[in-house]
Amino acid sequence: MSLRQIAFYGKGGIGKSTTSQNTLAALAQMGHRILIVGCDPKADSTRLILHAKAQDTILSLAANAGSVEDLEIEDVMKVGFQDIRCVESGGPEPGVGCAGRGVITSINFLEENGAYEDIDYVSYDVLGDVVCGGFAMPIRENKAQEIYIVMSGEMMAMYAANNISKGILKYANSGGVRLGGLVCNERQTDKELELAEALAAKLGTKLIYFVPRDNIVQHAELRRMTVIEYAPESQQAQHYRNLAERVHNNGGKGIIPTPITMDELEDMLMEHGIMKSVDESEVGKTAAELAV
Amino acid sequence: MSLAQSQSVAEIKARNKEIIDEVLKVYPEKTAKRRAKHLNVHEAGKSDCGVKSNIKSIPGVMTIRGCAYAGSKGVVWGPIKDMIHISHGPVGCGQYSWAARRNYYIGTTGIDTFVTMQFTSDFQEKDIVFGGDKKLAKIMDEIQELFPLNNGITVQSECPIGLIGDDIEAVSKAKSKEYDGKTIVPVRCEGFRGVSQSLGHHIANDAIRDWIFDKIPADAAPRFEPSPYDVAIIGDYNIGGDAWSSRILLEEMGLRVVAQWSGDGSLAELEATPKAKLNVLHCYRSMNYISRHMEEKYGIPWCEYNFFGPSKIAESLRKIASYFDDKIKEGAERVIAKYQPLMDAVIAKYRPRLEGKTVMLYVGGLRPRHVIGAYEDLGMEVVGTGYEFAHNDDYQRTAQHYVKDGTIIYDDVTGYEFEKFVEKIQPDLVGSGIKEKYVFQKMGVPFRQMHSWDYSGPYHGYDGFAIFARDMDMAINSPVWKMTQAPWKAAPKPTLLAAE
Repeated sequence: MSLRQIAFYGKGGIGKSTTSQNTLAALAQMGHRILIVGCDPKADSTRLILHAKAQDTILSLAANAGSVEDLEIEDVMKVGFQDIRCVESGGPEPGVGCAGRGVITSINFLEENGAYEDIDYVSYDVLGDVVCGGFAMPIRENKAQEIYIVMSGEMMAMYAANNISKGILKYANSGGVRLGGLVCNERQTDKELELAEALAAKLGTKLIYFVPRDNIVQHAELRRMTVIEYAPESQQAQHYRNLAERVHNNGGKGIIPTPITMDELEDMLMEHGIMKSVDESEVGKTAAELAV
Repeated sequence: MSLAQSQSVAEIKARNKEIIDEVLKVYPEKTAKRRAKHLNVHEAGKSDCGVKSNIKSIPGVMTIRGCAYAGSKGVVWGPIKDMIHISHGPVGCGQYSWAARRNYYIGTTGIDTFVTMQFTSDFQEKDIVFGGDKKLAKIMDEIQELFPLNNGITVQSECPIGLIGDDIEAVSKAKSKEYDGKTIVPVRCEGFRGVSQSLGHHIANDAIRDWIFDKIPADAAPRFEPSPYDVAIIGDYNIGGDAWSSRILLEEMGLRVVAQWSGDGSLAELEATPKAKLNVLHCYRSMNYISRHMEEKYGIPWCEYNFFGPSKIAESLRKIASYFDDKIKEGAERVIAKYQPLMDAVIAKYRPRLEGKTVMLYVGGLRPRHVIGAYEDLGMEVVGTGYEFAHNDDYQRTAQHYVKDGTIIYDDVTGYEFEKFVEKIQPDLVGSGIKEKYVFQKMGVPFRQMHSWDYSGPYHGYDGFAIFARDMDMAINSPVWKMTQAPWKAAPKPTLLAAE
């Protein structure tokens, strides 16, 4: 099969890394050769596969060696569970430098050094929001073809999903990037499945999978493992295998999203009774003011 | 060669308007509309030149402007000779501004003065990604070790510093503390800020205010024994020695120059200036900000002057003297009288060779207006002028004190416009910068660089005028211009064609 390039985006803390690593572990078990490219300065996108936080990120090694040209691909690529290859871009400590430029540097390095040879899947794991051009790198031309947005029934997670769709739309016409679908990571909010499906419909895509909440994920994480490896017989592992199956069968079915406005998003929440309609005259008033 | 000799002012005005219209025709409609606001024919009696200024250049045209970094590092800070100015960012900005703008200075380069040296943090990819603050701190340590006689450091920000948010203020403060209160000035002059180098001047002025003036303790002992005649020269960058040939005139009339800003200047002179009695301001554009600040905060009046050509020099000496007592006023008259024979001799020699010759100028801060008097002293006429980065107050000064009725005015001129204007007007001399020089020389037009004085100078003061007159004669009357016609062309036509 030809190389599939996918990426997981979503609001910070939504469980992108956990969902992506479990899904990719399941894909690896299905016999696919996988490369994970962590694009988060925290460098924790491959922790569950490697059983450790990657210490040797591309950018830290490049900084020590002088420049990225001084590196070999072997220096930065680690092999973990099910022979999944892992690289972490790394980046500066919070508050200094330019992490976005780091992502660009790292991805260029990987491409130039043949990191994408002999694999079936490249997966990019990108931090929270698409804050600048650097973090949009994986969705530009000739990079990820399918984006999976990890979200939940929470307002801000849906808001982020909509924003990411705007980013995809921006690059969809110049490059080949498409929205693969939404993955809902259950937070047990009201009418979560219904909302996720409604948002998917608005964006012109579908909810690929609804991953139920299960504490076994936390148990596995504490041991720096995926559920697939930690408890392969568990129900949760089966959910991730189902998700992997859906992703695999979803190849070439991505769409150009139709992001909605903030007002439309709020209307949708009201429609489902999550948000109560607010009298315009009450906007901006404190509780004390409204009590009078 | 000039075609304009016998035309009336009305005819010249009509012709200039026609030329402007013709030039605008090549632009797309929107561009033409925008550029039209920057081009005009001066009407005598108007309070300004009727052009818009200090507006963003249009993408796609060849503008002659510089950037904020150029305004701070290249103009204001660079000449301060006993401080080390770090070009913080990738190597190019420092490389291309290396050796400065011929800001002459006295000192031993590399020991106690550093103007023509280049210090840069030479950013690599890793400095962008991980931030350049650690490298900056290291450079300051190296500077302290290698150049222990430096009196201070400035950090001149290049574009990426603003993009990645490098905290140069924190590094500067920490290192200043480590080195016993050493003056270290972070300057936020990233090149992308503002529309030209003009904002860089302002930012650099503000940095002097915030990091030098405001750091002087209120009860600090004065740096010198005050006298009633202390003045500071502001806005003279000592290009080819300009500030020196100005300073001697002030001293001869009885004043004491306590500081030069910033040509051949030092940190101590900057710190001394708040105790001056009068600031005399040459380049209004680049240093009016700090002059106004000193007026407001320290009550020091400031006075603009012009030391190009004997007419303006005499006028300026009298104007400066008017701030002082009779002793100085007499001194001014004495100086004017002393140099009059020299000036008469210079004019007697060169005026006959230059009488009636026409000039078109396009320069920076003050020269598009200030040098007009010097040309007029030689019997020449400035028929077109414009500024790279002026504001409206510059055009007001130009209109009210300098240009003649019908002069063509071009703000932030584009390469195309300037070539076309020269081709149509056929002046005897063009005065502009190095980027323009060879374009016009290839058209067969005599040219002088009016930023660097074409590696000559000084042009300020009485001594400078003698050199100015010689240089203009040398350019215009060089025998080479008679040889620009191909010998096989039987009937030479007196026209110049722009290379397109």
